Amino acid sequence: MKAKSYQTNHRKIATALSMIPGLGQLYNKQYLKGTAFLVLTGAFFGVFKDLLNMGLWGLFTLGEQTPRDHSIFLLVEGILALIVLIFGIGFYLFSLNDAYKNGLKRDTGERLSTVKEQYNNLIDNGFPYLIMSPGFLLLIFVVVFPIIFVVLLAFTNYDLYHSPPAKLVDWVGLKNFFDLFQLESWRQTFFSVLSWTIIWTFVATTFQVALGMFLAILVNQKDVKGKAIIRTVFILPWAVPAFVSILVFAGMFNESFGAINRDILGFFGIANIPWMTEAVYTKIALIMIQTWLGFPFIFAMVTGVLQSIPEELYEAATVDGATTFQKLKNITLPLVLFATAPILITQYTFNFNNFNIIYLFNGGGPAMPGANAGGTDILISWIYSLTMTSAQYSKAAAITMLLSLIVIGVALWQFKRTKSFQEEDMM
Amino acid sequence: MSIKGQKYLRLTGTYLIIIVMFAIIFYPLLWIVGSSFNPGQSLSGSSIIPKNATLDHYKELFDTNQSAYLLWYWNSLKISVLTMVFTVILVSFTAYSFSRYRFIGRKNSLMTFLILQMIPNFAALIAIFILALLTGLLDTHLGLILVYVGGAIPMNTWLMKGYLDTIPKELDESAKMDGAGHLRIFFQIVMPLATPIIAVVALFAFIAPFGDFILARVLLRSEEKYTLAVGLYDLVAKQFGAEFTTFAAGAVLIAVPIAILFLSFQKYFVSGLTAGGTKG
Repeated sequence: MKAKSYQTNHRKIATALSMIPGLGQLYNKQYLKGTAFLVLTGAFFGVFKDLLNMGLWGLFTLGEQTPRDHSIFLLVEGILALIVLIFGIGFYLFSLNDAYKNGLKRDTGERLSTVKEQYNNLIDNGFPYLIMSPGFLLLIFVVVFPIIFVVLLAFTNYDLYHSPPAKLVDWVGLKNFFDLFQLESWRQTFFSVLSWTIIWTFVATTFQVALGMFLAILVNQKDVKGKAIIRTVFILPWAVPAFVSILVFAGMFNESFGAINRDILGFFGIANIPWMTEAVYTKIALIMIQTWLGFPFIFAMVTGVLQSIPEELYEAATVDGATTFQKLKNITLPLVLFATAPILITQYTFNFNNFNIIYLFNGGGPAMPGANAGGTDILISWIYSLTMTSAQYSKAAAITMLLSLIVIGVALWQFKRTKSFQEEDMM
Repeated sequence: MSIKGQKYLRLTGTYLIIIVMFAIIFYPLLWIVGSSFNPGQSLSGSSIIPKNATLDHYKELFDTNQSAYLLWYWNSLKISVLTMVFTVILVSFTAYSFSRYRFIGRKNSLMTFLILQMIPNFAALIAIFILALLTGLLDTHLGLILVYVGGAIPMNTWLMKGYLDTIPKELDESAKMDGAGHLRIFFQIVMPLATPIIAVVALFAFIAPFGDFILARVLLRSEEKYTLAVGLYDLVAKQFGAEFTTFAAGAVLIAVPIAILFLSFQKYFVSGLTAGGTKG
């Protein structure tokens, strides 16, 4: 852009005066707005002075002496202060920008908007912010706030031995992460839990996807009778609340009294299998149960896709002499996979965090000697027991961070490839 | 082999597989129904076809002196309905803003929502627990509902925004020409056209708290505040098998209405999830 010369310097003066929000607006002769901004600024400092002062101090030190300072309360206040501060800075920048823009208008000799126009403008531009604010505030407090809290907690030593009000919590930098990777006991547990989480995610999800697709294609054959009933029955496991089914299975797999050992295996003369006390068998049972729980969703979805494939494709293939298998491989599967790929990925992320089945079936157990995680604990259920039973808050937070990074990585990779991301206006 | 023979073989195989699957699906379901009619309390005596069928366990559940089951049922319903109502209201507003207005911070907020929907909100359960403790919302239904609603916003906003984007903008523009205000366009033009997606969001928001275990487990402390998931787990876990038949009756009483509700709305579920997947 080429430099313009102005007769006056209203824009610079207005911006400079806006060091204190409101003065710039007053200088621009927007008295109502200016006064409002001044009052807002004053109110901001009046109301939040203590919180900002106390919160930021607390955030840095986490408290200095025990009976007086409660580190965790201080941490919470600190985050609150941080959020308030961000809003304040946003308002400050807005005021600077506003003063500059109106100053520029005066410099170029444009008319400034009247109070009425300003009001209409505010309503028009502010409407989306206005109706979004309740949802946004809730989101900040119950979703964003906890995430910030966990992130910060991962860099402290908050655990059973450093637990307020008796003791102070301190910042320890990356110690938790180093411990996870360096201390023998933590490292072993971490990697065994991580590897089972990954195996669990891949095997259980792949089973349920494969079974769901296979059954959908099977039932969709033209000459199969009673499709409506078959489809309803195949959806049943999805219709029953998962926590109910899992608890029922926990009863069925009970080693001495459960139906599996007593009625089914007993019928075939097979000795009792220790489903609940041998980790390997618990894992096998978990994968079978998740397949039972998860295939109906895939089944329903693939059935929908199959019904939308035009019949002509198959007729043309038949004319060309394709076998049933060739039709399946070259028409059905590619179309189904293409249409369902994004959802299949969400199935993987779902199982990665499938706390319910792991915890409700056997509490993450059986217990393993010498490890602080159960034999079938996945990351999320391990985090739960670290928090709720052994009070290893900071370690749990560090693991939560690692887990979230994995999930976010997968999610971003997935969404980069979906269509709506590339369409400018959709986004 | 002749074509006819091949077809015969293929169909027989198909039906065989379907029959096996029927058995696998029905066995656990029938087993729990059978157990609920079994006399006695323990798991050991339960079988699919009980010898002396009894309704005792159902009676026990309905007797408020003997069990808190009805209370749990009521708690679950209350929490689910309130979560549904608040979610629908808040999500309609946010989704409408994202779909119709171009404002500063829109792109970044959408990105943030996208990432937030991927992290299950119970991942931060330590923080939720401590926050609830500090704010006095521990062991209250209000705290639980707030967490559910907040957690439901990101995903459902994307879901609904995707749908609202398909409603032509010319409609609201012409209404604006005719002098309709922002709220009027929202309530009288866009929302009526969005009923299908509102139904989907409402269903999701209703079902999610019903099936949630972990957050309710962390936040609810006293037995009379439990939801069904937590209460039933307690019934089983206290002393495994000791109250199994009562648990079975409780399980049947939840599974039947939910399954009926689910099967009648099943089409919406599939369409909602696929729409969210391909559009989001």
